[in-house]
Amino acid sequence: MLIDIQEANAKALAAIQAAQPIIKGIDTAINVVPGMKKNLILHAGPPITWAKMSGPLKGAVIGGLIYEGLAANPAEAEKLAASSQIEYSPWHEHDGVGPMAGVATASMPVWIVENKTNGRKTFCTLNEGLGKVLRYGAFSDEVITRLKWMEKTLAPVLKAAIPLAAEINLKNMIAQALQMGDEVHNRNKAATSMLIRELAAAITKTSFSQEEKARVLEFMHSNDHFFLNLSMPAAKVMLQAAEWIEGSTIVTTMCRNGTEFGIRVAGLKDRWFTGPAQIVQGLLFPGFEEKDCNPDIGDSAITETCGLGGFSMAAAPAIVKFVGGTVSDAMNFTRKMYEITDGESQSFQIPAMDFRGSPTGINLLKVCEKNILPQINTGIAHKDAGVGQVGAGLVNPPMKCFEDALEAYVEKYCQN
Amino acid sequence: MSKLVSFFGQKVKVINLGIPSFAEDLKKQGVEVMHTEWRPPAGGNKKIQALLAKVEAWQSKVKAGKGAR
Repeated sequence: MLIDIQEANAKALAAIQAAQPIIKGIDTAINVVPGMKKNLILHAGPPITWAKMSGPLKGAVIGGLIYEGLAANPAEAEKLAASSQIEYSPWHEHDGVGPMAGVATASMPVWIVENKTNGRKTFCTLNEGLGKVLRYGAFSDEVITRLKWMEKTLAPVLKAAIPLAAEINLKNMIAQALQMGDEVHNRNKAATSMLIRELAAAITKTSFSQEEKARVLEFMHSNDHFFLNLSMPAAKVMLQAAEWIEGSTIVTTMCRNGTEFGIRVAGLKDRWFTGPAQIVQGLLFPGFEEKDCNPDIGDSAITETCGLGGFSMAAAPAIVKFVGGTVSDAMNFTRKMYEITDGESQSFQIPAMDFRGSPTGINLLKVCEKNILPQINTGIAHKDAGVGQVGAGLVNPPMKCFEDALEAYVEKYCQN
Repeated sequence: MSKLVSFFGQKVKVINLGIPSFAEDLKKQGVEVMHTEWRPPAGGNKKIQALLAKVEAWQSKVKAGKGAR
């Protein structure tokens, strides 16, 4: 095969740079997510069976089955979850992403994000807030009640408001958020504020009651991570543009299911390369210890894959108060990521580095040759189902994912 | 021999490759030192080195083939 890797990667990077993610709307998962059905549970990370799921993912599945009305209580849900009646599939194989456990069921509302450049769409559920929430494996009554309110009020109000507001270009909003101290993975304060600013007037113009509209605005305002469920599909839809460019060694997916870390590479269509999910090192909430922590979990590493999150930590010095480390660590993480990426974002600029573009386009060959792993910052889930978030910190993927991907690449392309 | 003698008579300037603590120790002794980060390719992993060599060999052929067109 006469494929020039540099040319293939330049093509992949150009497609990522050209993407223009916009908020298209909100709908129910079963109506819009490809392949969604009533007995299917979508989850974060690479494929996994019920038996191998960690505590928080199992907890989120239990909560999802109760929410969906397929089980009346946790015991019934657990029995059903282990049976052949329920199917599991990674969000990434259905054009979407899910933070932490990432569980989504048929009735859940989802954001629809579209790349205006190529018309492709990506999906993600709406963010529930911090603490005891489904994505951290909690499934108590308060979790299910909140999810039902999100389905019956939050999503319909936002769905009605979106067409009444000016088009929201998420790339522009993320670029602005980076100028304001976010890196849009574990710090979404500025981006959430901007989103509220864009939607507030439109929300007031909808025909819902004053009480419902006020509660929607209060809910968004009370949750600094509300924008995360938009930064993730925005990053996903940008990276989709590089799928599956023949010969390219650009990494298009990094994600975790709480048991394994998985990556996919542009030139190795659809194939997963996995290794054990690592323990996150960071700051724990009072009362928790390292032994309480679940290994790395969630699709949110899609932000890092797109040059945001840990790759743009130099733009978000305040984040070290949440994930640990020092401001100079944050600067060094970003500097180091330039060594394993092929380009710099034309949109996402880092003020503290003289507005240098964020490191974009992780090159599998550079990761292997330089032995430098992508830097991820992330939330930490309790290892037991039903507890929730216990802290936040820093983590890397296992090298095995990249080693296996390189081996597969050589097998596919370098035999003659 | 005289060159060697004059070398030892000069102020030492050092370029340090790889391990930063060597440079730090010299700095503490007042030696002018420039540290350069260097790591063995693939962190010394022979399997990855061999795989990368295959990619490089393939790319050399690709580039040679393109040049011949």
